[in-house]
Amino acid sequence: MQKINKLLIGIAFSPNLKPNIFEAVRLANMFDAELVGVHVGQKSDKKKIDLETLLSEANPLKKPFKTIWKEGNPVDVILQTATQEKIDLLILGAIQKENLLKYYVGSIARKITRKAPCSVLLLIKPSIIRVACKHIVVNGLQEERTEQTIKTAFIISEYLQCNKITIVEEVSQGELHVKVNDDKSLRKANIAKERLSTREDQRVKHILEDIKNKNITVKTQSIFGKRGYSIGHYAKVKRADLLIMNAPNKLGFFDRIFPHDIEYILSELPTDVLIVK
Amino acid sequence: MAKKNTFKTFLSDIPQNLFSGFVVSLIALPLGLGLALASGAPPISGIIAAIVGGIVVSLIGGSNVTITGPGNGLVVVILAAITTLGDGDMQKGFLYTLAAIVISGIIMIILGFLRMGSLGDFFPGSAIQGMLAAIGIGIFAKQIHVMFGNLNAKGSIIDLVIQVPEGMMNLIKTDDTSVFYAGLVGITSLLIMVFYSKIRNRYFQLIPAPMWIVVLSVGMYYYFELVSSSAYPIDKSLLIDLPDNILSNFAFPNFSKIYDVDFLNAVIAITLIASIESLLSIKAVDKLDPLKRRSNVNKDIRALGLATVISGFLGGLNVVTVIARSSVNVNNKGINRSANFFHAAFLVAFILLFASELRKIPLPALAAILVYTGYKLASPENIKKIFSIGSEQLIIFLITLFTTILTSLITGILVGILITFIIHIIINKNILLFIKNVLKPNVLMFKEEGKYYVSVKNFSSFLNYTKLKEKVDQIPESEEAIIDFSLCDFVDHSVMENMNNYSESFTRKGGHFEVIGLDDSKPGSEHPFALRKILPKQIIPNDGFLTKRQKSIQKISEEMHWKYDAFSAQEMEELPTFGYFKTRKINKVSNLLSNEDCTIFDVQFSEGEMIAKQVIKATMLHIHTLKPVPKFTLDREGIFEYILEFAGYKDINVKNHPDFSKRFYLAGKNEEKIKAFFTDELILFFESNKQYHIEASQNGLLVIASERLSSVKEMKALAFFGMGLQKTIN
Repeated sequence: MQKINKLLIGIAFSPNLKPNIFEAVRLANMFDAELVGVHVGQKSDKKKIDLETLLSEANPLKKPFKTIWKEGNPVDVILQTATQEKIDLLILGAIQKENLLKYYVGSIARKITRKAPCSVLLLIKPSIIRVACKHIVVNGLQEERTEQTIKTAFIISEYLQCNKITIVEEVSQGELHVKVNDDKSLRKANIAKERLSTREDQRVKHILEDIKNKNITVKTQSIFGKRGYSIGHYAKVKRADLLIMNAPNKLGFFDRIFPHDIEYILSELPTDVLIVK
Repeated sequence: MAKKNTFKTFLSDIPQNLFSGFVVSLIALPLGLGLALASGAPPISGIIAAIVGGIVVSLIGGSNVTITGPGNGLVVVILAAITTLGDGDMQKGFLYTLAAIVISGIIMIILGFLRMGSLGDFFPGSAIQGMLAAIGIGIFAKQIHVMFGNLNAKGSIIDLVIQVPEGMMNLIKTDDTSVFYAGLVGITSLLIMVFYSKIRNRYFQLIPAPMWIVVLSVGMYYYFELVSSSAYPIDKSLLIDLPDNILSNFAFPNFSKIYDVDFLNAVIAITLIASIESLLSIKAVDKLDPLKRRSNVNKDIRALGLATVISGFLGGLNVVTVIARSSVNVNNKGINRSANFFHAAFLVAFILLFASELRKIPLPALAAILVYTGYKLASPENIKKIFSIGSEQLIIFLITLFTTILTSLITGILVGILITFIIHIIINKNILLFIKNVLKPNVLMFKEEGKYYVSVKNFSSFLNYTKLKEKVDQIPESEEAIIDFSLCDFVDHSVMENMNNYSESFTRKGGHFEVIGLDDSKPGSEHPFALRKILPKQIIPNDGFLTKRQKSIQKISEEMHWKYDAFSAQEMEELPTFGYFKTRKINKVSNLLSNEDCTIFDVQFSEGEMIAKQVIKATMLHIHTLKPVPKFTLDREGIFEYILEFAGYKDINVKNHPDFSKRFYLAGKNEEKIKAFFTDELILFFESNKQYHIEASQNGLLVIASERLSSVKEMKALAFFGMGLQKTIN
């Protein structure tokens, strides 16, 4: 994903619709992109008028708004529309747990996220008034897609006028190859850790060489924890405003029972999450 | 730590480890015999376990200053196994139990290889305490009757406890002189155990309490044999029974019941208790290690397993790491594994040389040692301590305790775990918090600006403590660590206790360990809980109440124009740098009397860990010298020092002062600097004043009068000594 030309938003007539639309409109304007809304269900005049009133309350769109009305299975409809309309970014809202400051992705949105052909942005707190994005956390996993993800992060941060990016390398326990038993193995493990951190730093630096960043503060950070999960934990601890991650590999049946990588994030969103494809 | 010539230091440390191993063997001998007897096994089986354990674990184990041998916790389990497996026939039951011991050893080896050393972390702290207390009561109930000379008391633990007053009356009324004398020996032995730690006399303390009991009871036999005209009053049935030829009479395990349910139960119980007891002891002993090393738990468990297998085949009990003997080892300056080896070697020598003398030990004397151990395990202080943490901990403790007594150990600990979990759910009024998050990797660690930062999410309790432990264990204790629980909804007592332990070990090794994020109370958790309480450093009492002694100290402080303070944080920090406090943990420094550079204070510190813990209060003087002082210790010269010299310590003799060298024992690393420091004037000062134990470190001089609190008059004398010494040095 280099340039975002087309955004897709699912329209469900729920209390959250207004903030969702406002946020989508704002993003579309920031990215200078076209906004497409899809509603799964019957088309009625009332719904049409409701939507139009909402849009008129929001900032004026730079490019025309396109609405698609379609009946069927929501997952299939949204995925189909995304492919047909050549959508670059799909926006989904998360659900807040009652009384708790915890967010998760509902079952439909989760299915969409897994299968989406484009990048997905999961919003935990769409708001009517703009909340500035100050800190972006992006993963620096050793994977072929990472380079693309990091580059996207820089593009996005430019659009969002965010000037702080932290690239997080997750070092898993298994990579250490040393189990801490006593003082001797502890020393060994720490040497191994230092080495891994340096290696990861080098790798990320290599990616950063191609990127011209003027106003953005870039920091790299090695963290030790479970891959995919700990980065969310880190984003939460550091109060990041946006977490950008690679799209998951194809997930099988067992991956849902024994969650890993992206599934952890989906069950407990630390902040807004962008999954880059 | 820089690499040193390990073999060379090992060799030079041998004498002191030899000495320490010797002292430990003095305890191991009576304890081994006693524990085996209490388990219903032949007495020699306890000694076999100690010998095999000492040799095997010292050769291939992973810890440094631990002592291995038969353990307290196993008494109850082994006794139950022997009774159930033998159907009343103790001899047969013992052979079956030996088979169970061998199998449990094999399981322990496997556990060690699977790196399941952390198994102990899955048990909530209060439940373990409850189980240990139940074991203590079990030992106490059974052995107190033996101590009264009654070998035939039978029934459940509760029955036995109820029978105690009756047993006492029977002893007083008995017309059987053998039983009466045996009971008398038992009670005297108990008194020795109780008052031993109160008498801080170096010569008396040189021999451990259990050995005093052995020495005195054997001495009594020879008194009747050689001096007195009357015959030895205690019947042979009340004396210890050792095989005639110790070297050839090994019992061999009988594996024919291996598919029995009872056998399986015995194996599980033995393995469970052996690993829990060993893990707790290893952890506790690591806190005492003067060189602050970290034990390799899994390697140690493997070694214990192998030792257990060998011991089982030779007719011995199983081998665990034992806290009491390890504490003694540390107190006697054992600093590496060879002490464990020497302890085993001395046991072999004892058993071969003194077998006939050992046969003269009355059973009640050994029972008294166990009664005391049992009491220590279940002492009211333990219960008080648990209650102070929180009433819910007391509930867990008591439920585990009573379930264990009424049913079995395995049921007891399982119920303890269950009840802890239920209480956690009730406290949080939320079961989903646990169910949803228990398997999630809830710990994040990263290093930022040279500090390690660990953040814990959701909840942290005994259920998922290993995840936190795995991360924290990777932080070197000399670094700075911050543990943040602010994303946690619930932190339980076991975790808090462990955090406290980490905090201590970080402080010991010069690092810093801080727990944050617990003081903001989130909705739904307004419980005034110890479960998430902040670590207390020092409790400051209301200053309105001063005792009589405190008032008189205050009075003399005014007379002498010195300052009086109730507490000091500075001394708490500086004292651990003195060698004296290397193996002793300081709890409190109070009643400070100070001028610019001399401070007299009361210090409360503890020696040993867990059941071997002794709390001691003493008055000391700390002089802040103006110029740097080389590290040394200065003592009155006596028999004690000859022994130390034999054990490899060197007395530094100052030239031209033969009288001083004769009267004082001076030791330290940098001989030249020390000789330069001891000027003629200083030596004259020492020769003409009262003799104290003096230690020097980079924080000045520490003067110890005796290991007890001083009277106000003695404090005055100490103060004048301090001022004189300060003047002479500068």
